[in-house]
Parts: sequence; structure tokens; C-alpha cells
Amino acid sequence: MTSVDRSPRAGAGVASPARGSTPRPAGRAGGADRRPRRSHDGWWPVLFVLPTMFGVVLFYLWPIVQTGYFSFTEWGAFGGQTWVGAENYVRLASDPDLGTAVVNTLVYTAIVLLGIPVAMVVASLLNRPGMRFTAFYRVLYFMPYVAMPTAVAMVWRLIFNGDFGVLNWLLGLVGIDGPAWTSTPGFALVAVSVVGLWTSLGFAIIILSAGLRNIPPELYEAAALDGATAWRQFRSVTVPLLTPSVFFVTVITVINGFQLFDLLYALMGQANPAIQQTQSLVYLFYNEAFLRNDKGFAAAIAMVILLIVGAVTLLQFRMQRRWVTYA
Amino acid sequence: MKHLLRSASLAGVAAVALTLSACGGGDDAAEDGAAVAPTDAQAEITYAIWDENQKPAIDQNIKDFNEKYPNIKVTVDLTPYQQYFTKLQTQGESRTLPDVFWMNGPNVQLYAANDLLQPVTGLVESGDVDPSKYPDALNELYSFEGTQYGVPKDFDTVALWYNKALFEQAGVDLPTDDWTWDDFTAAAGTISEKLADQGVYGVVTELNGGGQSSYYDSILQAGGHVISEDGTSSGYDDPASIEGLRLWADLVADGASPSVQQLSDTKPNVWFNSGKAAMFWSGNWSVAEMKDSPNKDDFGIVRLPEGPERRATVIHGLANVVAADGENVEAANAFLAYLGSEEAQRTQAEMGAANPAYTGTQEAFVDSVPSFGIDVFLESADEMSFPYPISKNTAAWNALENELLPQAFSGERPVEDVAKELADAMDEELAKE
Repeated sequence: MTSVDRSPRAGAGVASPARGSTPRPAGRAGGADRRPRRSHDGWWPVLFVLPTMFGVVLFYLWPIVQTGYFSFTEWGAFGGQTWVGAENYVRLASDPDLGTAVVNTLVYTAIVLLGIPVAMVVASLLNRPGMRFTAFYRVLYFMPYVAMPTAVAMVWRLIFNGDFGVLNWLLGLVGIDGPAWTSTPGFALVAVSVVGLWTSLGFAIIILSAGLRNIPPELYEAAALDGATAWRQFRSVTVPLLTPSVFFVTVITVINGFQLFDLLYALMGQANPAIQQTQSLVYLFYNEAFLRNDKGFAAAIAMVILLIVGAVTLLQFRMQRRWVTYA
Repeated sequence: MKHLLRSASLAGVAAVALTLSACGGGDDAAEDGAAVAPTDAQAEITYAIWDENQKPAIDQNIKDFNEKYPNIKVTVDLTPYQQYFTKLQTQGESRTLPDVFWMNGPNVQLYAANDLLQPVTGLVESGDVDPSKYPDALNELYSFEGTQYGVPKDFDTVALWYNKALFEQAGVDLPTDDWTWDDFTAAAGTISEKLADQGVYGVVTELNGGGQSSYYDSILQAGGHVISEDGTSSGYDDPASIEGLRLWADLVADGASPSVQQLSDTKPNVWFNSGKAAMFWSGNWSVAEMKDSPNKDDFGIVRLPEGPERRATVIHGLANVVAADGENVEAANAFLAYLGSEEAQRTQAEMGAANPAYTGTQEAFVDSVPSFGIDVFLESADEMSFPYPISKNTAAWNALENELLPQAFSGERPVEDVAKELADAMDEELAKE
């Protein structure tokens, strides 16, 4: 982010905070004078980055390469791989569970994304001047995000219980006979998504709150002087200047959505009659790798997840030019 | 599957003294580290288990063991059952298995076939372990290709638990040891009907997490089988097996049992424990939980009802095993031998941890809750028990059972269709072994 300070008006360094300080031919002033500077620094920067890079390569990149290799093998019960070519992928393509898992994961992610507008409203309320107990509310909303997913799931299991749950008791008061939420196909996915939305709300609120605070008050003053109404200020100042934060939250939420597992596992359990219709991509991976012990096939699923997440994220970065405004 | 862990098995079926042949042969396998450490040996070993309820008894075992072997430090590694075998598999793969650990029937052949377990042949020859003190069915369960790999720890069978108060409220005669399926289903139906306003059901059992306390037993009672004796083909397409499955589908359809969904939201033991179910098919592993139930004074136990073909219950039991290639095999062997001893198993029984495998030590377990009539489990073991169905990769077709059978029990699909599909898929898995 240092580049932001250095050339506040140039788009170069700021254009994509997620890509960090990767030098890009930005075609603007900022980028041009940075390149010679870099070579001046000599090998020192490399040295500073080395410890982190070492960890990233060893614990992230290398395992990805390995998993890629394993996805072309058949894996014995206790190790020992045999090269089987693309067989795992062929099998995966014809596996009906894959389609179900992809759809479920997409539905889950879509529902959780609905939390972002909600978070925007809450964040705006929390940032209203004169609002009392903001710190308290912020902690309240953030707590589910830092709580252990398993603990959260245990509580929600009780709430969702078909016979003795609080939710169905409440519905019963108004004459509705609620289903067994976590063990009926269809309802189960909604139940999991709602809890996912609820847990991720706090994170979005904190990021968006920070984004709101970064909007300089002068802009509002200037807008007011120009005669802009409150609504106009929101639409023309707040919304555009908040888009970088919204973009960041969206990317993170989508990636997290695709990694749905612990919540689903803890909320439903593996001996659930609805699990097959509700499983996510990562659950499918877990099931094959650790329950059915077919790790080569599971590696193929992991590669597919990586490709999907990579493609979706890339698409989001491509699309950001159309709607994200960097000040 | 939860029960599997807790329980141990074995019994009756006696039959076949595979054990004996195991003791005779298998010399080559036994040579390595068969010896027991001297009493002044110094070592640190790990003992992996999955049942927290048994931890106090195990700590006591270790304390007693250290009287004789003061310098062998045993660390207990407790992992909940759901993750136990996932973790063990990873440890097996990286050759970092605990020195001594619990093993169950569905997994023993997988580990034995991959040479991860130390045969007990050497300990038997040196007299440190005496297989004749344990039920034959257990020795057999832990033998693979003629070699025994585990020392039996405990065993369990399944019986019919009932709640007297609910039977009396519904005006139904209490169950007896001579009940048949007809008596059982009629009582379950009547109770659910009469006590419907209290939300009480006639019977509960595990229907979507393994069949040990439900369809494995009813399939045997109907004269069917889950897997052929040589472990190569599925028995789910046998008409008698289908009849055994239908018992549960019918009970659910009649409303005598909660639905599969309800049993998933609220586990069977919770329904029975809290007095919301009049009958409960379950094993002796439930004693530890039910002795603390608020309704414990109303609970009783009788044999499982007689099916169209015969009386039956599956029997399963846990064993302690030692990892091959461990660093402290001799110390591990010493601990293994102690865990299999009469003294150690009596401690387990007295502390109500498990129904021990060592002949003659079970009395203490039966006496731990006199009002239940726990001896039913022992009688069932002697008179009507059949081996728990396993093969080399049991987990593969257990996953199929859990995936498909709930569709039959919920009435979503006809029992025959599901059973046929399961049989085909299971045969496919068995062919891969």
C-alpha cells in the first residue's frame, strides 16, 4: 500500500490492492519512475521477502503441485501411488455427485453474498454520527465470525431441531408445522446458508465500516455546499468510494463460500439422510479422501475446486473495472 | 458406527478355532519384537483410544501397570471416534502409528493386510497372552489369514431396552425374553398410538449410522446375511435380508418409530434416555449412559425378539493392538499383555467402562447396575450371537449402506430396489479388495 501514499493520484499502484505491489505497466506516471528505483534497491528486498516466500512455496505452492500429481494416480490405503492418467477426471466428470455439489456450493455462496447489502446497511448505521454503543454493537456482530464454527453449529443444531427446536416452536405459535431443518433435503441447504450468512456478517461489517471511515468528510461538505441531498450524497459519494471495500469483501466471501465444509459437517453430520443432496464440493472431497479412502480421486476433486475458485476470482478482478472506483 | 467403537464383540459363534492354527503357524511374522520388555525397561509409549467415558478406567490400568513397570511411561491419546480412524489412517501412512491402540472389526483386516500390526503370535508362545481366555468369536475377528493381531478388550451384543413406565401408561404388557417380531411390532404400534399426545414413540434405534443395533440384527433374525462367509459377496439381495430391512421400513411407515430425519436431528439414545421412546434396540455400550438417566429406574432389558427364522444378535468387540515397526515394541508388548490380563479387564468391568472380554471378569460389569439385568447381553452372546460383518475394506461399503439404506427406511423408495442397488454397489467394492 506504500505506493498509494507515494502517488495518490495515479491509478497504477492503487488499481488492485489485492495484487499488492506487483509492478505493472500501468501506462501512467506512477509506474514509470518505479522501475529504476527497484533495481537501485539491489537484492535487499529479496532477502526480506525470502522468509515469507519460503513458507508460501513450501506450504502452499508445493502441496498444490503435489496434489496435481496425485490427481493422476490411484492411492493405496496407506500410501503408494500408481499412475492412472486422466482416469480420476473421467470418473469425476460422470459422477452425478459432482453436479449436485457444484450447484449446492453456488447456492450457498449466493445466499451468503446476500449478507453484503445487509452488512452495508448495518455498517452505515454504526457509522452514523451520534450513534451510541457502536463498539458494543461492533463486537456483537463480529463475535459469530471469531467463534468456533463447531460451537456455532452445535447451538444452531438445537435451534433447527425438527421435534424440539426453538425455531419450530416459534413457527408452531403461528400455526406453521416446521420441517426437520437440518435433515430434509432442500431445507438443509437453506439452513446451512443462513448460518453461513450470519457468521460472515461480522467480517463484512468491520471491513465496510473501515471503508466508510476512510471517506474524507470534506467530500460530504463539498457535496452539501453544492446542494446535494442526503440521498444524493449516499449515491454519489458513499457508494462509489465504498466499492473497493465491497469488492474486497465479495472476493473473500466467494472464496470462503467455495470452501464450505466445517459448518456443513458440524451442522448436519455424516450420518444425515440429507447429506448426499446437500453436500458441498469440499464435503465431496472429504468424503472421498477420508471416508472412502480414495485419495487419488479426491485430489482430482481438489484440483477442480482450485480451478473453479481461480476462474471465478479472475473473473471478478476482470469485472472490477466496470464497477469499482478507486479514489 | 459409534457403537462399534464403544463396544466389543464376540461371543457365541465360537466355532472355528482359527486361533489355534494361528498360534502354530505364522512364525516368520512373529519373530520381530515378539518379546516382552523386562520390568526395569525404560520407555515412553502412546496408547490411542476413542472413548472418553473409559478414560478413568484406563488411567487406573496404567497406574497398576506402572507398579510392575515403573519406568514405562504411557501417554493416552484420546481422539473422538468420528475422527479416530481418519487420523489413524494418516498415521499409518506416515508410519507414525501410536505404539498401542484400539482396533475394531471393520478396520482390522485393512491394517493387518498392510502389515501395520504386530502379530500376537510371539506373546502367545511365550505365555504372556492366552487366547483361550477370550471368546473364540473375538479371537477370530482379530485374525487375518490365520494370524492373530489383537488381544480382545471387551465385547458387546444387542438387546431390547424398554421403559416400564411408558408400557404401563399405554396399558401394554411388558416385553419378555420370548417375544417374537409380531409381539414387538404390535406393542410398538399400540404405544405410539396411545401416547401420541405426549410425543412418545414405540421404538427407536440407529437407522442411518450403521446397522449394528438395528438392521444387522433383524437381517440375521430373518435368516439373511449382510456379507457371505468368505467375505466376497453382498447378502443384501437375499430375500430374507430384504425382509430384515423391511421390519424397520414398516415401523417407520406405521409411525411406531420416528422418521429417519427425526432420528438424525435427535439421536436414538436421546429419545430413549429422556423417556420419549418406550423401546430401544441397543448394546451394552449404552449402560454407561443410561445408568445416569433421570428415567433409569424404569429401564429394563430383555433379549431381542425372535425373527421369522431365528433369534440373533451381532457380536462385536474391541481389541488392543501394537503397531509393527514401533520404536518400543517390547514395552508396547508388555503393556498389551497387561491390558489383556484378568486384573486389567476386571478393573474395566468394576469401573463400569466396558463389558470385558476376559472370561469370568464380566460379573463385575453385570453387577454395576443390578436393576437393568445386564446379564441379558452375556446370555445373548452365548446363545444367539453371530459375527459382525466385515471385509478387508469394510469402510467402503459401510459408506454405501449409510448412503442408500435411509432411502428405504424413509419410504422414499421400495425396500427391494434399494437393497438390490446396495448389493450391486457393494459387490463392486468387494471385487476391488
